[in-house]
Amino acid sequence: QLGLQDATSPIMEELLHFHDHTLMIVFLISSLVLYIISLMLTTKLTHTSTMDAQEVETVWTILPAIILILIALPSLRILYMMDEINNPSLTVKTMGHQWYWSYEYTDYEDLNFDSYMIPTQELKPGELRLLEVDNRVILPMEMTVRMLISSEDVLHSWAVPSLGLKTDAIPGRLNQTTLMAMRPGLYYGQCSEICGSNHSF
Amino acid sequence: MGEDIKSKIKEYQTAPFDSHFPNQNQTRNCWHNYLDFHSCEKAMTAKGGDVSMCKWYRHVYKSLCPISWVLAWDDLWAEGTFPGKI
Repeated sequence: QLGLQDATSPIMEELLHFHDHTLMIVFLISSLVLYIISLMLTTKLTHTSTMDAQEVETVWTILPAIILILIALPSLRILYMMDEINNPSLTVKTMGHQWYWSYEYTDYEDLNFDSYMIPTQELKPGELRLLEVDNRVILPMEMTVRMLISSEDVLHSWAVPSLGLKTDAIPGRLNQTTLMAMRPGLYYGQCSEICGSNHSF
Repeated sequence: MGEDIKSKIKEYQTAPFDSHFPNQNQTRNCWHNYLDFHSCEKAMTAKGGDVSMCKWYRHVYKSLCPISWVLAWDDLWAEGTFPGKI
């Protein structure tokens, strides 16, 4: 697979497009620079007196400024989009432990369970190594879900790349993030903050 | 006013957006709702009012606060050593 995973949430879709846009700019600038370097290295012409180049200097000051603005504007747009106020229909809490996650659904009745990674030796054929778990988190689709993430021991980080989510799990602090899955499916994530010998497992 | 709260409690889905806590850190949101539930209960029992009106705070803190935190605070509350200002 080349690139980011397919987007499942609208924010991730925006991030995908932004990533493509910015990467294109990066490729253009890099290829321009490489071309100019190759030109410089393959000429016998020399110029030893002082050069006055006001025009080109103005161009290569203004142009990067414009390019940076072109990158910053979509970036800020997505940043503010992620912070929009929405009224979630469901709250799910996840607590990080060494070395598993536990999930709590307590809006109506208390439901909580632990979710351990399936060790490599116990995988069935077709299952993904280091990603499968015994108890999966089930969420409704096309509904705004509030995820509250915390930890019971050390720092962890709850990440699901397909949804464009990564939020740190800090003991004593409750971090909120919003989730909206637009299509049904199975999405994987791994702990994204080093938490000991079985980190990411 | 009483009827509004009763219908709000009955139709509870999940903790709504609280503009007092608009940012990512929701720790104070959970803490304050827990405190509000207990102070509401204390005030209602002192005045002889209807304690079921305080259920809103209970629903919200149950939605937001991790179970382990609630259990720890409930233990402190039972012992009488709860550090919050009620």
